[in-house]
Amino acid sequence: MTTSAPAIRVTDLRKTYGAFAAVDGISFEIEPGETFALLGPNGAGKSTTVEILEGYRERSGGDVSVLGSDPRHATLEWKARIGIVLQQTGESGNVTVREQLTHFASLYPRPRDVDEVLAAVGLEQKAKTRIKSLSGGQRRRVDVALGVIGRPELLFLDEPTTGFDPEARRQFWELIRSLSREGTTIVLTTHYLDEAAQLSDRAAVIAAGRLIDIGPVDELGSTEARVPIVRWRDGQGGHERRTAEPARLVAELAAALGEPVDLEVIRPSLEDVYLELVASVEEVAA
Amino acid sequence: MTAQTIPNAPGATGGGGTSGTATAPMRFGPLRAVRLGLGRIAYETRIYFRAGDTVFFTFLFPIVLLGIFSVAFDGLGNVGTNPDGSGGISQATYYLPGMIAAGILLSGVQNLGVDIAVERGDGTLKRLAGTPLPVLSYFIGKMGQVLVTSLAQVILLVLLSRFAFGVELPTEPEKWLTFAWVYLLGIFTAAVLGIAISRLPRSGKSASAVIIPPLLVLQFISGVYLSFSLLPEWLQNIASVFPLKWIAQGMRAALLPDSFATAEAGGSWNLAGVAIALGIWLVAGLVICRVTFRWIRKDS
Repeated sequence: MTTSAPAIRVTDLRKTYGAFAAVDGISFEIEPGETFALLGPNGAGKSTTVEILEGYRERSGGDVSVLGSDPRHATLEWKARIGIVLQQTGESGNVTVREQLTHFASLYPRPRDVDEVLAAVGLEQKAKTRIKSLSGGQRRRVDVALGVIGRPELLFLDEPTTGFDPEARRQFWELIRSLSREGTTIVLTTHYLDEAAQLSDRAAVIAAGRLIDIGPVDELGSTEARVPIVRWRDGQGGHERRTAEPARLVAELAAALGEPVDLEVIRPSLEDVYLELVASVEEVAA
Repeated sequence: MTAQTIPNAPGATGGGGTSGTATAPMRFGPLRAVRLGLGRIAYETRIYFRAGDTVFFTFLFPIVLLGIFSVAFDGLGNVGTNPDGSGGISQATYYLPGMIAAGILLSGVQNLGVDIAVERGDGTLKRLAGTPLPVLSYFIGKMGQVLVTSLAQVILLVLLSRFAFGVELPTEPEKWLTFAWVYLLGIFTAAVLGIAISRLPRSGKSASAVIIPPLLVLQFISGVYLSFSLLPEWLQNIASVFPLKWIAQGMRAALLPDSFATAEAGGSWNLAGVAIALGIWLVAGLVICRVTFRWIRKDS
């Protein structure tokens, strides 16, 4: 085994529906043990990309290698090394949480302990409840539990915390961090940028089927996009200026105006950077 | 709030991590597929009996109908009496083979056809597609669920007809041998065809509406509710293309007195025809399943 082989390698991936290119030439690599976030607006091509990696969709072009195999020719051995938490669920759920976990555990060669997974997703109290009687957030936790029960080397999470309350979301983050500490490679698709910032080592932003940026979360976007913004108000109205030296600007303002009204120093969040990135792509497309 | 962690390798005897590939090669072979298939039978059967509507419409329906027919037509007297009005068989005895045949159709084709279409629609199959569950194990689970529930249904039907409706069951071993092979061939054919037609509904919501009405028509033209000899010849010919007519005929051969053979098309039970027709449908169904079954509709 070579230590440098990436867990996932995507080269010039394309997916077209007629004349429409849902994925239009995307390339990236994910290292073993990395937690990688895929960000992008709805319809950007994230889910299509992930479903091609999971083996659910055929691609129109390009090369894909996931854990050393082409997902097009997925074998049972390959599936046993992967965990998938899909975006939506709607199963009739006439089984209890424990029955479902026990059954899915039996499908894998080296499953995790059912009780430990129940505890990790906070469903011990619901073990004997039928899945159809659970709330939306609780069902989502069952999805997550089923995704990790097989002790995957690579875990795909598609919008995993939709419907979670804030406490459940933090609990889920802890679970993902513990999986990551064990060396699990994690591919996270999410709308919540704070989630991506909390969990991922690197992130890619996809818009209009293209990869528009990739890198460590705190380095996404142009350098200018992360330049702090100073806002204040005076007799002529509101002002906003970007500067790499906000303290100096504030000092100058204070010297000139006394105490400036409505003074703010803003360091663009991941969300600001992300929105700017996506907006720039949409401008080009328009 | 407790810390949420999942310890590595719980209960594992070895040190975990690096020994994962040691026993890999044989692990994903056919033995595993059969073992997982047996596990699926228990899982599927448990779920089956928890869904009240399927239990009623596929499991209890033939039993309820037999009760209604035997009560409703009781005033008509026996079937196949001598000219002086003596002899013959009761209405319940006359309808029992048809109800068993209907039960085979419902437990196999209707149950699996709707069940799998719903599972395809609600994401169950998509989830299974992402696990190392072999398709063969899934099929074994479904077929086993059909066999278990249908056997329970047939036993209940036979016991009720004997002890509640006073049906006189045959005593000859040859008759029960016929019963056994017609039943087994019938139920496997029905299960395989159920898997095959589950592809037809375009969504889980439409599954019942697409699958149940044609099967109901089939029951009416195949000698289940109406005596087959009452139907015009062209309708008999159409029904003879489909397996239900042959299952019902085989069940009549097993459960009715041999004197009733003269009422069949051609004047005999034609058990060879039963075996050939069902055999063709079984093989055709297996081929269709093998060629068309997909966990999900890719690129839909």
